[in-house]
Amino acid sequence: MTTNSSPVFPVRAAMEPGDGVFTAFFWALRRDLRLALRSRAELGVQILFYIIVVALFPLSMSPDKELLLLLGPGVLWVAALLASLLSLSRLFASDYADGTLEQMAMSPLPLPALILGKISAHWLTTGLPVVLLAPLLSIQYYLEPEAIGVLMAGLLIGTPVLSLLGAIGAALTLGLRSGGGSLLALLILPLYIPVLIFGAGAVEAVRGGMGADANFSLLAAGLLLALAGAPFATSAAVRISLD
Amino acid sequence: MSGFKYAAPAQFYPLAGKMALWFAVLAAVLTVIGLVIGLYIAPIDVTQKDSYRIIFIHVPAAWMSMFLYVVMAFWSAMALGMNTRLSAMMAQSIAPTGALMTAIALWTGALWGKPTWGTYWAWDARMTSELILLFLYLGIIALRNAIDDPRRADKACGVLALVGVVNVPIIYMSVRWWNTLHQGASIKLGKTSIDDIMLAGMLVMVFAFWFYSMAATLVRLRAIMLEREAGAAWVARLEEVKEVRKEQ
Repeated sequence: MTTNSSPVFPVRAAMEPGDGVFTAFFWALRRDLRLALRSRAELGVQILFYIIVVALFPLSMSPDKELLLLLGPGVLWVAALLASLLSLSRLFASDYADGTLEQMAMSPLPLPALILGKISAHWLTTGLPVVLLAPLLSIQYYLEPEAIGVLMAGLLIGTPVLSLLGAIGAALTLGLRSGGGSLLALLILPLYIPVLIFGAGAVEAVRGGMGADANFSLLAAGLLLALAGAPFATSAAVRISLD
Repeated sequence: MSGFKYAAPAQFYPLAGKMALWFAVLAAVLTVIGLVIGLYIAPIDVTQKDSYRIIFIHVPAAWMSMFLYVVMAFWSAMALGMNTRLSAMMAQSIAPTGALMTAIALWTGALWGKPTWGTYWAWDARMTSELILLFLYLGIIALRNAIDDPRRADKACGVLALVGVVNVPIIYMSVRWWNTLHQGASIKLGKTSIDDIMLAGMLVMVFAFWFYSMAATLVRLRAIMLEREAGAAWVARLEEVKEVRKEQ
Protein backbone atom coordinates (compact mmCIF):
# COMPACT_ATOMS: atom_id res chain seq x y z
CA MET A 1 0.00 0.00 0.00
CA THR A 2 1.22 3.44 -0.83
CA THR A 3 -0.10 4.83 2.44
CA ASN A 4 2.47 2.83 4.43
CA SER A 5 5.32 4.87 3.03
CA SER A 6 3.70 8.24 3.68
CA PRO A 7 5.38 10.48 6.23
CA VAL A 8 4.96 9.67 9.88
CA PHE A 9 1.85 11.22 11.41
CA PRO A 10 3.02 14.18 13.49
CA VAL A 11 1.54 14.07 16.97
CA ARG A 12 2.96 15.96 19.86
CA ALA A 13 2.15 15.18 23.45
CA ALA A 14 -0.09 17.51 25.47
CA MET A 15 -1.57 19.66 22.77
CA GLU A 16 -3.61 22.77 23.45
CA PRO A 17 -6.73 23.53 21.41
CA GLY A 18 -5.66 25.43 18.31
CA ASP A 19 -2.23 23.86 18.32
CA GLY A 20 -1.03 22.16 15.23
CA VAL A 21 -3.33 23.82 12.71
CA PHE A 22 -0.45 24.48 10.34
CA THR A 23 1.29 21.20 11.14
CA ALA A 24 -1.90 19.34 10.32
CA PHE A 25 -2.61 21.34 7.17
CA PHE A 26 0.85 20.95 5.66
CA TRP A 27 1.16 17.31 6.71
CA ALA A 28 -2.10 16.38 4.98
CA LEU A 29 -1.29 18.53 1.96
CA ARG A 30 2.17 17.01 1.50
CA ARG A 31 0.93 13.47 2.06
CA ASP A 32 -1.97 13.70 -0.39
CA LEU A 33 0.18 15.41 -3.02
CA ARG A 34 2.77 12.66 -2.67
CA LEU A 35 0.09 9.97 -3.00
CA ALA A 36 -1.41 11.69 -6.02
CA LEU A 37 1.93 12.05 -7.75
CA ARG A 38 2.61 8.36 -7.22
CA SER A 39 -0.46 7.45 -9.23
CA ARG A 40 0.15 9.77 -12.15
CA ALA A 41 -1.80 7.57 -14.53
CA GLU A 42 -4.96 8.29 -12.56
CA LEU A 43 -4.29 12.02 -12.68
CA GLY A 44 -3.78 11.77 -16.41
CA VAL A 45 -7.09 10.00 -16.85
CA GLN A 46 -8.93 12.80 -15.04
CA ILE A 47 -7.32 15.44 -17.18
CA LEU A 48 -8.15 13.45 -20.32
CA PHE A 49 -11.76 13.27 -19.16
CA TYR A 50 -11.87 17.07 -19.02
CA ILE A 51 -10.33 17.37 -22.48
CA ILE A 52 -12.72 14.84 -24.01
CA VAL A 53 -15.84 16.40 -22.53
CA VAL A 54 -14.80 19.77 -23.93
CA ALA A 55 -14.17 18.20 -27.33
CA LEU A 56 -17.57 16.46 -27.40
CA PHE A 57 -19.66 19.63 -27.54
CA PRO A 58 -18.61 20.83 -31.01
CA LEU A 59 -19.26 17.29 -32.27
CA SER A 60 -22.79 17.37 -30.87
CA MET A 61 -23.72 20.45 -32.91
CA SER A 62 -22.01 22.22 -35.75
CA PRO A 63 -18.43 23.48 -35.54
CA ASP A 64 -19.72 26.92 -36.40
CA LYS A 65 -17.28 29.56 -35.20
CA GLU A 66 -19.88 32.03 -33.96
CA LEU A 67 -21.73 29.33 -32.02
CA LEU A 68 -18.61 27.90 -30.39
CA LEU A 69 -17.39 31.35 -29.47
CA LEU A 70 -20.66 31.87 -27.61
CA LEU A 71 -20.73 28.45 -25.96
CA GLY A 72 -17.03 28.06 -25.18
CA PRO A 73 -16.82 29.57 -21.69
CA GLY A 74 -19.92 27.73 -20.49
CA VAL A 75 -18.74 24.41 -21.89
CA LEU A 76 -15.33 24.75 -20.27
CA TRP A 77 -16.99 25.57 -16.96
CA VAL A 78 -19.41 22.64 -17.14
CA ALA A 79 -16.51 20.34 -17.99
CA ALA A 80 -14.59 21.74 -15.00
CA LEU A 81 -17.59 21.00 -12.76
CA LEU A 82 -17.81 17.43 -14.04
CA ALA A 83 -14.07 16.85 -13.76
CA SER A 84 -14.14 18.09 -10.17
CA LEU A 85 -17.15 15.90 -9.39
CA LEU A 86 -15.57 12.82 -10.94
CA SER A 87 -12.46 13.07 -8.82
CA LEU A 88 -14.29 13.93 -5.60
CA SER A 89 -15.51 10.45 -4.80
CA ARG A 90 -11.84 9.50 -4.36
CA LEU A 91 -11.02 12.37 -2.01
CA PHE A 92 -11.67 10.34 1.14
CA ALA A 93 -12.46 6.89 -0.24
CA SER A 94 -9.08 5.16 0.09
CA ASP A 95 -8.35 6.75 3.47
CA TYR A 96 -11.78 5.61 4.61
CA ALA A 97 -11.25 2.09 3.31
CA ASP A 98 -7.89 1.50 5.01
CA GLY A 99 -8.75 3.24 8.29
CA THR A 100 -6.45 6.24 7.84
CA LEU A 101 -9.39 8.62 8.00
CA GLU A 102 -10.45 7.19 11.34
CA GLN A 103 -6.93 7.69 12.72
CA MET A 104 -7.03 11.28 11.50
CA ALA A 105 -10.38 11.86 13.21
CA MET A 106 -9.04 10.39 16.47
CA SER A 107 -5.75 12.25 16.41
CA PRO A 108 -5.29 15.35 18.56
CA LEU A 109 -4.57 17.38 15.43
CA PRO A 110 -7.56 19.51 14.37
CA LEU A 111 -9.59 17.56 11.82
CA PRO A 112 -10.76 20.64 9.84
CA ALA A 113 -7.12 21.59 9.24
CA LEU A 114 -6.25 18.07 8.09
CA ILE A 115 -9.25 18.15 5.78
CA LEU A 116 -8.36 21.55 4.40
CA GLY A 117 -4.93 20.12 3.59
CA LYS A 118 -6.53 17.23 1.74
CA ILE A 119 -8.88 19.58 -0.12
CA SER A 120 -5.96 21.79 -1.13
CA ALA A 121 -4.11 18.77 -2.48
CA HIS A 122 -7.26 17.80 -4.37
CA TRP A 123 -7.47 21.22 -5.94
CA LEU A 124 -3.77 21.29 -6.85
CA THR A 125 -4.05 17.94 -8.61
CA THR A 126 -7.45 18.35 -10.29
CA GLY A 127 -8.47 22.03 -10.23
CA LEU A 128 -5.17 23.60 -11.18
CA PRO A 129 -4.68 21.39 -14.29
CA VAL A 130 -8.15 22.48 -15.42
CA VAL A 131 -7.11 26.13 -15.07
CA LEU A 132 -3.83 25.59 -16.87
CA LEU A 133 -5.40 23.62 -19.73
CA ALA A 134 -8.17 26.19 -20.26
CA PRO A 135 -6.22 28.39 -22.72
CA LEU A 136 -5.35 25.43 -24.90
CA LEU A 137 -8.93 24.17 -25.01
CA SER A 138 -10.25 27.71 -25.49
CA ILE A 139 -8.47 27.78 -28.83
CA GLN A 140 -10.74 24.96 -29.99
CA TYR A 141 -13.62 27.32 -29.31
CA TYR A 142 -11.94 30.28 -31.06
CA LEU A 143 -11.98 32.36 -27.87
CA GLU A 144 -10.26 35.73 -28.12
CA PRO A 145 -7.18 36.30 -25.90
CA GLU A 146 -9.00 38.68 -23.58
CA ALA A 147 -11.78 36.16 -22.98
CA ILE A 148 -9.20 33.44 -22.31
CA GLY A 149 -7.58 35.58 -19.61
CA VAL A 150 -10.92 36.26 -17.93
CA LEU A 151 -11.92 32.60 -18.18
CA MET A 152 -8.66 31.49 -16.57
CA ALA A 153 -8.94 34.03 -13.78
CA GLY A 154 -12.50 32.91 -13.09
CA LEU A 155 -11.49 29.26 -13.04
CA LEU A 156 -8.58 30.08 -10.74
CA ILE A 157 -10.93 31.61 -8.14
CA GLY A 158 -13.86 29.28 -8.79
CA THR A 159 -12.38 25.79 -8.91
CA PRO A 160 -11.20 25.87 -5.26
CA VAL A 161 -14.84 26.54 -4.31
CA LEU A 162 -15.79 23.38 -6.21
CA SER A 163 -13.26 21.33 -4.26
CA LEU A 164 -14.37 22.84 -0.94
CA LEU A 165 -18.11 22.33 -1.50
CA GLY A 166 -17.57 18.94 -3.07
CA ALA A 167 -15.63 17.71 -0.05
CA ILE A 168 -18.81 18.06 2.06
CA GLY A 169 -20.71 15.82 -0.33
CA ALA A 170 -17.82 13.35 -0.61
CA ALA A 171 -17.70 13.04 3.18
CA LEU A 172 -21.47 12.61 3.48
CA THR A 173 -21.56 9.78 0.92
CA LEU A 174 -18.56 7.89 2.33
CA GLY A 175 -18.99 4.14 2.33
CA LEU A 176 -22.49 4.15 0.85
CA ARG A 177 -23.32 1.22 -1.37
CA SER A 178 -25.80 2.73 -3.77
CA GLY A 179 -23.65 4.37 -6.41
CA GLY A 180 -21.77 7.04 -4.47
CA GLY A 181 -21.01 8.79 -7.76
CA SER A 182 -24.49 9.63 -8.95
CA LEU A 183 -25.72 10.42 -5.45
CA LEU A 184 -22.76 12.75 -5.00
CA ALA A 185 -23.70 14.46 -8.27
CA LEU A 186 -27.27 14.98 -7.07
CA LEU A 187 -26.09 16.45 -3.78
CA ILE A 188 -23.33 18.67 -5.07
CA LEU A 189 -24.19 19.91 -8.56
CA PRO A 190 -27.07 22.15 -7.36
CA LEU A 191 -24.65 23.78 -4.92
CA TYR A 192 -22.16 24.37 -7.77
CA ILE A 193 -24.65 26.44 -9.75
CA PRO A 194 -23.70 29.89 -8.39
CA VAL A 195 -20.03 29.22 -9.16
CA LEU A 196 -20.99 28.21 -12.70
CA ILE A 197 -23.12 31.30 -13.19
CA PHE A 198 -20.57 33.78 -11.87
CA GLY A 199 -17.63 32.02 -13.53
CA ALA A 200 -19.08 31.59 -16.99
CA GLY A 201 -20.82 34.96 -16.65
CA ALA A 202 -17.48 36.72 -16.24
CA VAL A 203 -16.55 36.16 -19.88
CA GLU A 204 -19.96 37.28 -21.05
CA ALA A 205 -19.78 40.39 -18.89
CA VAL A 206 -16.45 41.35 -20.44
CA ARG A 207 -17.83 40.76 -23.93
CA GLY A 208 -20.85 42.87 -23.08
CA GLY A 209 -18.52 45.68 -22.05
CA MET A 210 -19.42 45.56 -18.36
CA GLY A 211 -16.13 44.24 -17.05
CA ALA A 212 -15.78 41.17 -14.89
CA ASP A 213 -15.04 42.88 -11.57
CA ALA A 214 -18.45 42.06 -10.11
CA ASN A 215 -18.13 38.40 -11.11
CA PHE A 216 -14.65 38.10 -9.65
CA SER A 217 -15.74 39.79 -6.43
CA LEU A 218 -18.69 37.42 -6.07
CA LEU A 219 -16.54 34.38 -6.86
CA ALA A 220 -13.96 35.53 -4.32
CA ALA A 221 -16.70 36.09 -1.72
CA GLY A 222 -17.91 32.56 -2.42
CA LEU A 223 -14.36 31.28 -2.00
CA LEU A 224 -13.98 33.02 1.36
CA LEU A 225 -17.35 31.74 2.57
CA ALA A 226 -16.52 28.20 1.45
CA LEU A 227 -13.03 28.43 3.04
CA ALA A 228 -14.59 29.48 6.32
CA GLY A 229 -17.39 26.95 6.35
CA ALA A 230 -16.55 23.90 4.28
CA PRO A 231 -13.66 22.46 6.36
CA PHE A 232 -15.90 22.44 9.44
CA ALA A 233 -18.95 21.06 7.65
CA THR A 234 -16.74 18.41 6.03
CA SER A 235 -15.18 17.35 9.31
CA ALA A 236 -18.64 17.11 10.87
CA ALA A 237 -19.68 14.96 7.90
CA VAL A 238 -16.56 12.79 8.20
CA ARG A 239 -17.28 12.17 11.88
CA ILE A 240 -20.89 11.26 11.04
CA SER A 241 -19.71 8.80 8.39
CA LEU A 242 -17.18 7.22 10.75
CA ASP A 243 -19.70 6.75 13.55
CA MET B 1 -39.10 21.24 31.60
CA SER B 2 -42.75 20.75 30.69
CA GLY B 3 -42.11 22.30 27.28
CA PHE B 4 -39.87 19.39 26.42
CA LYS B 5 -42.44 16.81 27.48
CA TYR B 6 -43.52 16.37 23.88
CA ALA B 7 -39.95 15.94 22.66
CA ALA B 8 -40.30 12.24 23.52
CA PRO B 9 -41.91 10.17 20.75
CA ALA B 10 -44.04 8.30 23.30
CA GLN B 11 -45.62 11.58 24.43
CA PHE B 12 -45.85 13.17 21.02
CA TYR B 13 -47.33 10.21 19.15
CA PRO B 14 -50.93 10.58 20.46
CA LEU B 15 -50.79 14.39 20.32
CA ALA B 16 -49.51 14.24 16.71
CA GLY B 17 -52.45 12.01 15.84
CA LYS B 18 -54.98 14.52 17.20
CA MET B 19 -53.17 17.46 15.60
CA ALA B 20 -52.98 15.70 12.24
CA LEU B 21 -56.72 15.07 12.28
CA TRP B 22 -57.61 18.67 13.11
CA PHE B 23 -55.15 20.11 10.63
CA ALA B 24 -56.52 17.83 7.93
CA VAL B 25 -60.09 18.93 8.69
CA LEU B 26 -59.03 22.59 8.65
CA ALA B 27 -57.14 22.07 5.40
CA ALA B 28 -60.19 20.50 3.76
CA VAL B 29 -62.57 23.24 4.95
CA LEU B 30 -60.19 26.01 3.91
CA THR B 31 -59.61 24.38 0.53
CA VAL B 32 -63.34 24.33 -0.15
CA ILE B 33 -63.72 27.98 0.91
CA GLY B 34 -60.61 29.03 -1.00
CA LEU B 35 -61.66 27.26 -4.19
CA VAL B 36 -65.20 28.62 -4.02
CA ILE B 37 -63.78 32.14 -3.69
CA GLY B 38 -61.13 31.48 -6.33
CA LEU B 39 -63.21 29.68 -8.95
CA TYR B 40 -66.68 31.24 -8.54
CA ILE B 41 -66.63 34.50 -6.61
CA ALA B 42 -63.40 36.08 -7.85
CA PRO B 43 -63.93 38.00 -11.11
CA ILE B 44 -62.26 37.19 -14.41
CA ASP B 45 -58.93 38.90 -14.95
CA VAL B 46 -58.92 41.46 -17.76
CA THR B 47 -55.68 40.39 -19.40
CA GLN B 48 -55.30 36.74 -18.40
CA LYS B 49 -58.98 35.68 -18.49
CA ASP B 50 -59.60 32.54 -16.44
CA SER B 51 -56.07 31.16 -16.66
CA TYR B 52 -54.96 33.40 -13.80
CA ARG B 53 -57.06 31.26 -11.43
CA ILE B 54 -54.19 28.80 -11.16
CA ILE B 55 -52.55 31.24 -8.75
CA PHE B 56 -54.88 29.87 -6.07
CA ILE B 57 -52.89 26.64 -6.27
CA HIS B 58 -49.60 27.88 -7.65
CA VAL B 59 -48.75 30.67 -5.21
CA PRO B 60 -49.54 28.70 -2.02
CA ALA B 61 -47.51 25.74 -3.30
CA ALA B 62 -44.55 27.95 -4.18
CA TRP B 63 -44.63 29.68 -0.79
CA MET B 64 -44.90 26.40 1.07
CA SER B 65 -42.03 24.88 -0.95
CA MET B 66 -39.66 27.58 0.30
CA PHE B 67 -41.11 27.83 3.79
CA LEU B 68 -40.89 24.06 4.34
CA TYR B 69 -37.22 24.02 3.38
CA VAL B 70 -36.47 26.56 6.09
CA VAL B 71 -38.57 24.62 8.62
CA MET B 72 -36.75 21.43 7.66
CA ALA B 73 -33.39 23.15 8.10
CA PHE B 74 -34.55 24.46 11.49
CA TRP B 75 -35.43 20.96 12.73
CA SER B 76 -32.16 19.65 11.28
CA ALA B 77 -30.25 22.26 13.24
CA MET B 78 -32.18 21.32 16.38
CA ALA B 79 -31.40 17.66 15.77
CA LEU B 80 -27.68 18.31 15.27
CA GLY B 81 -27.36 20.82 18.09
CA MET B 82 -29.52 19.23 20.77
CA ASN B 83 -29.28 15.63 19.54
CA THR B 84 -33.05 15.13 19.85
CA ARG B 85 -34.49 12.18 17.99
CA LEU B 86 -37.86 13.75 17.33
CA SER B 87 -36.40 16.84 15.59
CA ALA B 88 -34.58 14.65 13.10
CA MET B 89 -37.72 12.62 12.44
CA MET B 90 -39.57 15.90 11.93
CA ALA B 91 -37.01 17.02 9.34
CA GLN B 92 -37.29 13.64 7.66
CA SER B 93 -41.07 13.83 7.44
CA ILE B 94 -41.09 17.36 6.03
CA ALA B 95 -38.84 16.58 3.03
CA PRO B 96 -41.34 14.66 0.84
CA THR B 97 -44.09 17.26 1.41
CA GLY B 98 -41.62 20.01 0.54
CA ALA B 99 -40.62 18.20 -2.64
CA LEU B 100 -44.30 17.72 -3.51
CA MET B 101 -45.03 21.44 -3.05
CA THR B 102 -42.04 22.32 -5.24
CA ALA B 103 -43.23 19.94 -7.94
CA ILE B 104 -46.78 21.35 -7.78
CA ALA B 105 -45.45 24.89 -8.03
CA LEU B 106 -43.35 23.99 -11.09
CA TRP B 107 -46.15 22.01 -12.72
CA THR B 108 -48.86 24.62 -12.24
CA GLY B 109 -46.41 27.32 -13.26
CA ALA B 110 -45.80 25.51 -16.53
CA LEU B 111 -49.53 25.08 -17.13
CA TRP B 112 -50.09 28.77 -16.48
CA GLY B 113 -47.13 29.75 -18.62
CA LYS B 114 -48.42 28.08 -21.78
CA PRO B 115 -51.55 30.23 -22.28
CA THR B 116 -50.01 33.36 -20.75
CA TRP B 117 -46.41 33.44 -21.89
CA GLY B 118 -46.89 31.06 -24.80
CA THR B 119 -44.38 28.56 -23.39
CA TYR B 120 -44.35 25.86 -20.73
CA TRP B 121 -40.87 26.70 -19.62
CA ALA B 122 -38.82 29.87 -19.54
CA TRP B 123 -35.49 30.31 -17.82
CA ASP B 124 -37.09 32.80 -15.52
CA ALA B 125 -35.21 33.40 -12.27
CA ARG B 126 -38.01 32.18 -10.05
CA MET B 127 -38.68 29.05 -12.09
CA THR B 128 -35.01 28.18 -12.30
CA SER B 129 -34.42 28.57 -8.58
CA GLU B 130 -37.59 26.57 -7.86
CA LEU B 131 -36.18 23.80 -10.04
CA ILE B 132 -32.90 23.90 -8.11
CA LEU B 133 -34.89 23.78 -4.88
CA LEU B 134 -36.52 20.58 -6.13
CA PHE B 135 -33.05 19.13 -6.74
CA LEU B 136 -32.05 20.06 -3.18
CA TYR B 137 -35.11 18.31 -1.74
CA LEU B 138 -34.55 15.22 -3.90
CA GLY B 139 -30.88 15.17 -2.90
CA ILE B 140 -31.81 15.07 0.77
CA ILE B 141 -34.39 12.31 0.19
CA ALA B 142 -31.89 10.32 -1.89
CA LEU B 143 -29.17 10.66 0.76
CA ARG B 144 -31.65 9.49 3.39
CA ASN B 145 -32.52 6.42 1.30
CA ALA B 146 -28.87 5.58 0.65
CA ILE B 147 -27.97 5.33 4.34
CA ASP B 148 -29.16 2.27 6.24
CA ASP B 149 -28.52 3.46 9.77
CA PRO B 150 -31.29 5.97 10.59
CA ARG B 151 -29.18 7.86 13.14
CA ARG B 152 -26.39 8.38 10.64
CA ALA B 153 -28.97 9.35 8.01
CA ASP B 154 -30.44 11.92 10.43
CA LYS B 155 -27.10 13.62 10.94
CA ALA B 156 -25.95 13.44 7.32
CA CYS B 157 -29.23 14.87 6.06
CA GLY B 158 -29.04 17.52 8.76
CA VAL B 159 -25.62 18.70 7.58
CA LEU B 160 -26.83 18.69 3.97
CA ALA B 161 -29.99 20.65 4.83
CA LEU B 162 -27.94 23.28 6.68
CA VAL B 163 -25.42 23.60 3.85
CA GLY B 164 -28.41 23.89 1.52
CA VAL B 165 -30.15 26.59 3.51
CA VAL B 166 -27.01 28.74 3.45
CA ASN B 167 -26.91 28.22 -0.30
CA VAL B 168 -30.55 28.86 -1.15
CA PRO B 169 -30.29 32.68 -1.02
CA ILE B 170 -26.97 32.58 -2.90
CA ILE B 171 -28.49 30.36 -5.58
CA TYR B 172 -31.52 32.60 -5.82
CA MET B 173 -29.42 35.76 -6.18
CA SER B 174 -27.08 34.16 -8.70
CA VAL B 175 -29.96 32.91 -10.84
CA ARG B 176 -31.68 36.27 -10.72
CA TRP B 177 -28.54 38.05 -11.71
CA TRP B 178 -27.83 35.57 -14.49
CA ASN B 179 -31.39 35.97 -15.71
CA THR B 180 -31.27 39.75 -15.93
CA LEU B 181 -27.93 39.50 -17.69
CA HIS B 182 -29.37 37.16 -20.28
CA GLN B 183 -32.78 38.27 -21.29
CA GLY B 184 -33.67 41.35 -19.31
CA ALA B 185 -37.06 41.73 -17.74
CA SER B 186 -39.01 40.75 -20.82
CA ILE B 187 -41.34 38.51 -18.85
CA LYS B 188 -43.11 39.89 -15.86
CA LEU B 189 -46.36 39.37 -14.07
CA GLY B 190 -48.95 41.96 -14.99
CA LYS B 191 -48.43 44.88 -12.67
CA THR B 192 -52.16 45.40 -12.32
CA SER B 193 -52.96 45.54 -8.63
CA ILE B 194 -54.60 42.40 -7.39
CA ASP B 195 -58.29 42.49 -6.53
CA ASP B 196 -59.19 42.21 -2.85
CA ILE B 197 -61.31 39.12 -3.32
CA MET B 198 -58.54 37.46 -5.32
CA LEU B 199 -56.10 38.23 -2.52
CA ALA B 200 -58.52 36.83 0.04
CA GLY B 201 -58.95 33.61 -1.94
CA MET B 202 -55.19 33.26 -2.27
CA LEU B 203 -54.59 33.79 1.44
CA VAL B 204 -57.26 31.23 2.35
CA MET B 205 -55.54 28.76 0.02
CA VAL B 206 -52.17 29.53 1.58
CA PHE B 207 -53.55 28.53 4.96
CA ALA B 208 -55.19 25.46 3.44
CA PHE B 209 -51.82 24.37 2.00
CA TRP B 210 -50.12 25.16 5.28
CA PHE B 211 -52.53 23.03 7.29
CA TYR B 212 -52.31 20.27 4.69
CA SER B 213 -48.50 20.33 4.95
CA MET B 214 -48.64 20.08 8.72
CA ALA B 215 -51.18 17.26 8.62
CA ALA B 216 -49.24 15.28 6.01
CA THR B 217 -45.99 15.83 7.90
CA LEU B 218 -47.50 14.67 11.18
CA VAL B 219 -49.05 11.55 9.64
CA ARG B 220 -45.66 10.70 8.13
CA LEU B 221 -43.97 11.51 11.42
CA ARG B 222 -46.23 9.06 13.25
CA ALA B 223 -45.35 6.32 10.78
CA ILE B 224 -41.64 7.07 11.17
CA MET B 225 -41.95 7.01 14.97
CA LEU B 226 -43.62 3.59 14.87
CA GLU B 227 -41.09 2.25 12.40
CA ARG B 228 -38.06 3.44 14.32
CA GLU B 229 -39.32 2.59 17.78
CA ALA B 230 -41.03 -0.66 16.86
CA GLY B 231 -39.28 -2.41 19.75
CA ALA B 232 -40.10 0.22 22.37
CA ALA B 233 -42.50 -0.45 25.23
CA TRP B 234 -44.73 2.56 24.43
CA VAL B 235 -45.40 1.21 20.95
CA ALA B 236 -46.37 -2.19 22.34
CA ARG B 237 -48.90 -0.45 24.66
CA LEU B 238 -50.73 1.28 21.77
CA GLU B 239 -54.18 -0.16 21.15
CA GLU B 240 -53.86 -0.12 17.37
CA VAL B 241 -50.49 -1.89 17.54
CA LYS B 242 -51.86 -4.52 19.95
CA GLU B 243 -54.68 -5.29 17.53
CA VAL B 244 -52.39 -5.67 14.54
CA ARG B 245 -49.90 -7.77 16.45
CA LYS B 246 -52.64 -10.03 17.77
CA GLU B 247 -53.83 -10.73 14.25
CA GLN B 248 -50.40 -11.75 13.07
